[in-house]
Amino acid sequence: MSTRRADVAIVGGGLTGCAAAYYLARRGRSVVVLERGFVGAQSSGVNFGNLRLQGRYLPQLPLALRAQAMWEGLEAELGDSVEFVQAGHVHVALNAAQAQEIERHAVDCRPYGLEVEILDRRETIRRWPFLGAGVLAASWSPRDAVVNSRLVCPAFARAAIALGAAIVEEIEVTAIEHASGRFTLRTDRDLVVEAGCLINAAGAWAAPLARRFGEEAPVFPAGPVQMVTEPVPAFVAPVIHAVDGSILFRQTARGNVLVAGHPRVTVDAEGRRSRVPPAKMAVNMARLAAVAPHMRAHHIIRAWTGIEGYLPDMLPALGPSGTTPGLFHAFAFSGHGLQIGPAVGAVLAELIVDGGTPTPIAPFSIGRFREPVAADRDRLRHEFYDDVLDRRPSA
Amino acid sequence: MADAVVVGAGPAGVAAAAALAEADLEVMLVDEAPRPGGQVHRSPPDGLDLDMAALLAAGHDAYRAFHARFAALRPRIDYRPQTLAWNVFAGEIHLAARGALEAVPWRALVLATGATDRVLPVRGWTLPGVYTLGGAQAILKDQGCLIGRRVVFCGSSPLLYLAAVQYLRMGGEVAAILDTTPFARKVAAAPRLAAAPRTFAEGLGHMARLRRSGVAIVHGAHIVAMTGDGAVDGVTYRGGDGVERRTACDAVACGFGLRPETQLAELAGCALRFDPIHRQWFPRVDGDGRAGNGVYLAGDGAAIGGAAAAALSGRLAGLAAVADLRAGTIAAEAPRLRRALHRLRRFQHGLAEAFAWPHGRVADIADDVAICRCEGITAGEVRRAVGAVAGALEVNRVKAATRCGMGRCQGRFCGPAAAELTAAALGRSDGEIGRLRAQPPVKPLPIAVAPAEDAA
Ligand SMILES: Cc1cc2nc3c(=O)[nH]c(=O)nc-3n(C[C@H](O)[C@H](O)[C@H](O)COP(=O)(O)OP(=O)(O)OC[C@H]3O[C@@H](n4cnc5c(N)ncnc54)[C@H](O)[C@@H]3O)c2cc1C
Ligand SMILES: Cc1cc2nc3c(=O)[nH]c(=O)nc-3n(C[C@H](O)[C@H](O)[C@H](O)COP(=O)(O)OP(=O)(O)OC[C@H]3O[C@@H](n4cnc5c(N)ncnc54)[C@H](O)[C@@H]3O)c2cc1C
Repeated sequence: MSTRRADVAIVGGGLTGCAAAYYLARRGRSVVVLERGFVGAQSSGVNFGNLRLQGRYLPQLPLALRAQAMWEGLEAELGDSVEFVQAGHVHVALNAAQAQEIERHAVDCRPYGLEVEILDRRETIRRWPFLGAGVLAASWSPRDAVVNSRLVCPAFARAAIALGAAIVEEIEVTAIEHASGRFTLRTDRDLVVEAGCLINAAGAWAAPLARRFGEEAPVFPAGPVQMVTEPVPAFVAPVIHAVDGSILFRQTARGNVLVAGHPRVTVDAEGRRSRVPPAKMAVNMARLAAVAPHMRAHHIIRAWTGIEGYLPDMLPALGPSGTTPGLFHAFAFSGHGLQIGPAVGAVLAELIVDGGTPTPIAPFSIGRFREPVAADRDRLRHEFYDDVLDRRPSA
Repeated sequence: MADAVVVGAGPAGVAAAAALAEADLEVMLVDEAPRPGGQVHRSPPDGLDLDMAALLAAGHDAYRAFHARFAALRPRIDYRPQTLAWNVFAGEIHLAARGALEAVPWRALVLATGATDRVLPVRGWTLPGVYTLGGAQAILKDQGCLIGRRVVFCGSSPLLYLAAVQYLRMGGEVAAILDTTPFARKVAAAPRLAAAPRTFAEGLGHMARLRRSGVAIVHGAHIVAMTGDGAVDGVTYRGGDGVERRTACDAVACGFGLRPETQLAELAGCALRFDPIHRQWFPRVDGDGRAGNGVYLAGDGAAIGGAAAAALSGRLAGLAAVADLRAGTIAAEAPRLRRALHRLRRFQHGLAEAFAWPHGRVADIADDVAICRCEGITAGEVRRAVGAVAGALEVNRVKAATRCGMGRCQGRFCGPAAAELTAAALGRSDGEIGRLRAQPPVKPLPIAVAPAEDAA
């Protein structure tokens, strides 16, 4: 049995774990990342690639804007392409309530430093003439961007390795001991890791680790449905996104159109299997055809989903443990962990190296689940199919 | 609900449907093609006056018998031509046809989806004028067209000789046969090939016919490149003597045997196994084609075996499904079918040796040659993805890193070569590094088939 010592051990080699490893290594800390499968093969490598700023939970904007500034220089910094394209994001309103919502958000997000432009129907159609008849108004956020998520984690992992971090794939953390201020991680392979700090970046599978240290987080898994078409002639640069998330799409440089839309579907987190119900594919195809009628002439070539961890308030668990010094949580990003990923990594490095971070993260403390949260089923209903909500661990 | 849904109206699917219908079960038979026949008994559309007797010669009897059997079966089943089976999910098979979607539950599901060409990427293989061998044959049977005036047939497959003879019969010129397997391997395989004496004799007959017509046949050829600027104009190759030569042509038909269509089986939950003789993945079935959970597999999609074996395995799978649905024992004819099938499979192993997949050649593919023609991904890009720090350790990660296998064909054509290339770059065997996982839809699904949401 070999033992490896490091300043920080990280459970989970998704974007959260790999970005944290990179920023910690940059600050001179020794790091070991343990990943059960392959780096970025779960949520972090199968997502839509949306680096969306507008429409976010307002108190998360400082973190999100910090992340966006990092994304803007990330390819140069990591020395790798992640197919970063900053072509903006369009929230389209399909009814009057949605039109009001985007107007309100445009005002509310300004104090945080996010400027978005409200467009009436005429201007919206002038800019994106392919849009269907149902579009009433739009909100235009030029700083939003996209990446190819499949490239992001490997890029962070390579950069972290270059700075001396160890990233071990195909190894599962099976037990953790904690004594005299040190964590001992047991695995399913011939390796034990000892570290003074521990980051729980285990995505949808993170709740048992938190519970091991006396902290509850009512994480439940679900899968956002994704589809892609064959390459079609270029027709749109920004992401087009219905305000209620019922349909969104973007076109890649190669011409393929990525299509997604709520509600999210049931996935098997334990068996690590996720499949898209065919009926849901049909719904999203119909919605795409309604918002962009010319897409009717094309084909879907692939559909997939992934296993994402959600919390009932649709916010992550991010920050120091409330029970155990040296333990930090960063999981259940509730569908938007890609965009904030680099900043989450940097914040974790600051928490460990500096003992604090200038970026406000208090709303994401795991301590908010000390009191059982009321199940806000009505609010979640358009986000998830009923069977996802039925299977949740009771909060 | 139908008692049984059969996918594929080739020899295997039609034989299975017949066995089920004879037992008075309700059968739905689905095929994306407009007419029954599968690959081997493909027929021209009404109104195209193609002399199938001349085209098929000795094969015409089997063709006629198949279509007569189908005509008799037709009124007893729910036959759905031009219907794509695009997904299997939660006990239902998902169909797309005539601008509509349909989900059909089944008590027994027979997948007889056949096979398509296995391709080996070589320099120039994506030039216009280069076809797969099966494509060249399909165009002939389906449209009465030749792919060119002067055609090179190359690769490693018994169908090379059959297709070349069919081209000769229809007035084409065969520039050369470039067979990549050395003649000595054919001699070595002869005892096994003798397990099906008629087919063996037919094959020898085709070779003799080609020689009589003055067609050059090169055994053990190493294909160097398909050449041309904008369209193919020749094939360069090295013969057994190692000298590089070029044959001029205006079209190439290229095939390296067949690759089973296993996507639907995989989506239906069937396990797959790597077959070291064919060096590819096949679904796991018992001797009668049971894959478990009411799913049955038959024909080339279960084990590459040719038309006669496909029909036998289809009938067996149909009888097995009847027995299981009735909780009874399988029909008395089953042992005879199993013996005949076993003989043909032995023959097939002989064929796999006589017309071997050029294992090892993939590792030699130059860095600038495209592996994935849909996405234009080269061998070099695959090798770089494998070789990078924290690089891809299996073929699905190669796909994620490079887009190899992410195009319109969803890796059905590039998958095997990508897997071998990955294995070679990692110094592991091709069975160890996995295969591209199937994802729905198994073939492109028109967005227009989805009903508008308020109507749904
Ligand atoms: C289909 C889909 C679309 C999405 N679209 C977007 C989008 O457009 N924009 C956006 O911002 N976000 C999006 N998201 C969300 C985003 O992808 C995630 O929030 C983010 O990737 C989470 O990263 P992570 O590292 O926390 O989790 P993960 O990537 O899931 O990583 C967690 C890792 O921990 C490993 N692990 C778990 N337990 C153990 C153990 N015991 N031992 C070792 N390893 C373990 C897992 O194998 C896994 O690799 C989407 C998610 C999905 C699924
Ligand atoms: C072009 C070609 C020519 C051949 N010629 C000969 C020959 O002359 N002699 C010989 O012995 N062998 C020949 N073979 C080998 C041949 O594959 C088998 O002999 C025989 O056709 C196999 O029968 P099968 O029923 O298993 O599959 P097939 O005959 O291939 O039939 C499969 C059927 O399934 C349908 N199908 C597949 N997937 C779907 C889906 N998702 N939805 C709906 N329908 C679907 C296809 O349209 C097809 O009609 C040929 C193969 C090819 C590719």
